[in-house]
Amino acid sequence: MDLLYKIFIDPFVQMGTAPDLLVQTLWDGLVAGALYALIALGFVLIFKASGVFNFAQGIMVVFAALTLVGLHERGVPAFLALGLTIIVMFVLAIGVERLVLRPLVNQSDFILFMATFGLTYFLIGLGQLVFGGNPKVMIANDLYLPSGAIEFRGLGGFVSFQKIDIAAVGITSIMVAVLAVFFQRTRIGRALRAVADSHQAALSVGISLEQIWVIVWFAAGIVALTTGIMWGARSQVDFSLEIIALRALPVLILGGLTSIPGAIVGGLIIGVGEKLIEFYWGPLLGGGIDTWFSYVIALGFLVFRPQGLFGEKIIERI
Amino acid sequence: MKGPPAGDVGLRGVLLAVENVSLAFGGVQALNDVSFDIRKGEIRAIIGPNGAGKTSMLNVINGFYQPNSGRLVFKGEPHAAMRPYEAAQGGIARTFQNLALFRGMTVLDNIMAGRALKMRRGLFWQLIRHGPALKEEVEHRRRVEDIIEFLEIAAIRKIQVGRLPYGLQKRVELGRALAMEPDLLLLDEPMAGMNLEEKEDMSRFILDVNREYGMTIALIEHDMGVVMDLSDRVVVLDYGQKIADAAPDEVKCDKNVIRAYLGEPHGTSA
Repeated sequence: MDLLYKIFIDPFVQMGTAPDLLVQTLWDGLVAGALYALIALGFVLIFKASGVFNFAQGIMVVFAALTLVGLHERGVPAFLALGLTIIVMFVLAIGVERLVLRPLVNQSDFILFMATFGLTYFLIGLGQLVFGGNPKVMIANDLYLPSGAIEFRGLGGFVSFQKIDIAAVGITSIMVAVLAVFFQRTRIGRALRAVADSHQAALSVGISLEQIWVIVWFAAGIVALTTGIMWGARSQVDFSLEIIALRALPVLILGGLTSIPGAIVGGLIIGVGEKLIEFYWGPLLGGGIDTWFSYVIALGFLVFRPQGLFGEKIIERI
Repeated sequence: MKGPPAGDVGLRGVLLAVENVSLAFGGVQALNDVSFDIRKGEIRAIIGPNGAGKTSMLNVINGFYQPNSGRLVFKGEPHAAMRPYEAAQGGIARTFQNLALFRGMTVLDNIMAGRALKMRRGLFWQLIRHGPALKEEVEHRRRVEDIIEFLEIAAIRKIQVGRLPYGLQKRVELGRALAMEPDLLLLDEPMAGMNLEEKEDMSRFILDVNREYGMTIALIEHDMGVVMDLSDRVVVLDYGQKIADAAPDEVKCDKNVIRAYLGEPHGTSA
């Protein structure tokens, strides 16, 4: 009885009696969710347009952040370094299209997937060679990212919002909005969706696959850079950041690999769910459950709805 | 009574000449030394039994396949092989046997996608939807609306293509090809899987496009009645080889063609 009480009643009583803690937990979840969504977005962009599951997305986050910080370390002013990093990501996109995607066109998805493993190790090597393997500090202040916290009294206590978190949520929202408008409204956006739906048909109306691939890899690079800055500002910039890409996997399974709204909603569900579970139910199992909880959710989805919340239903005409 | 008399067609220029094209996949000879031409303004049918190489021929023409030998002369310019982008740029549009539509997009967006090559305004202007880009979008939209009206699909223009019945999807695909305002329209079995009424509609659209806009059309079709009604000239393929090239009435009586379709009689020498 006592256990059942602790699982089904007590957490909700706590939520009711200490609303400030609940709001704080929800906010922390929202921030984590926004960042998960951002990482997932990078995967979705590339998967949609080229059908490639880009294993290198995580390392692209590290590589972008490392380039930014590394350039600044060598005396390049912060915003010039930001501009140069964007150019580097563009060159990377062109390089990937020329040297990886184009020679492998018409190969099976699995071969392309393996090629992104190669890209991962190449980027790790290149990053270490040029900028070294030591952890670095994100140049958040030089980029005028806010620091400190805003605290609200009320709800029977106080809630604190880190300014960098507010900035992260704001920038993520803007990024998603811009991408949505880009996809829905522009000729190139229409071409991107067209390529995602059918390579063959896209070719027949004269859409250049090469150009589209460069654009999506560049867009994914920009998303990676944004992710790198935001995550980097919360911890530090080193190669262990790569594993945050693994945190995005449950988000992808939940949201569906092909859906931008799915990436966002999936990210938020995982982020908020993770924090709530950890805070209210975690003590029952001795804590630390947020690291595996999202994978359990993903597993459930794989069993009952493998296409995710928003993914296209898989119907094969036979 | 259909089209102008053959003699008149003969006077017009050749839009595309296929010269000695061969194509092999491993040991399978899909096309073997095939030559024929498509003249401006005509409806050219390509027929043949299953596996004769008809679709391969279309794929060579619009650059999906690169022939092993031979060449294409399009608008007087020789090409050893086309590339898809080059073909689209040069004014070759096509539809597909098994439909290749952008299933997640609306009918309108699908047909707008056909104008991808015609829209040239910068990304920035497109993003803010202002100035020249807005004017351009409006202009293209008007052309697309004309096509939608012509194909009588106005009622479904905001519906996702994947949710439409097959016959309508075929029509949308034709619309997308028309939106490219091509000089040469390739139709791969435009009437496959359709009922009689849908076939009649499609035939009417094809004839109208040909007559009113003077568009040159090459089509693959299995329904002999349709081929006889629509086409000016017919080329017949069998096992990758050209076995006849003539007016529909002559092809119908050609004994090589009859043999290809009905098979060799057993025990008799042909």
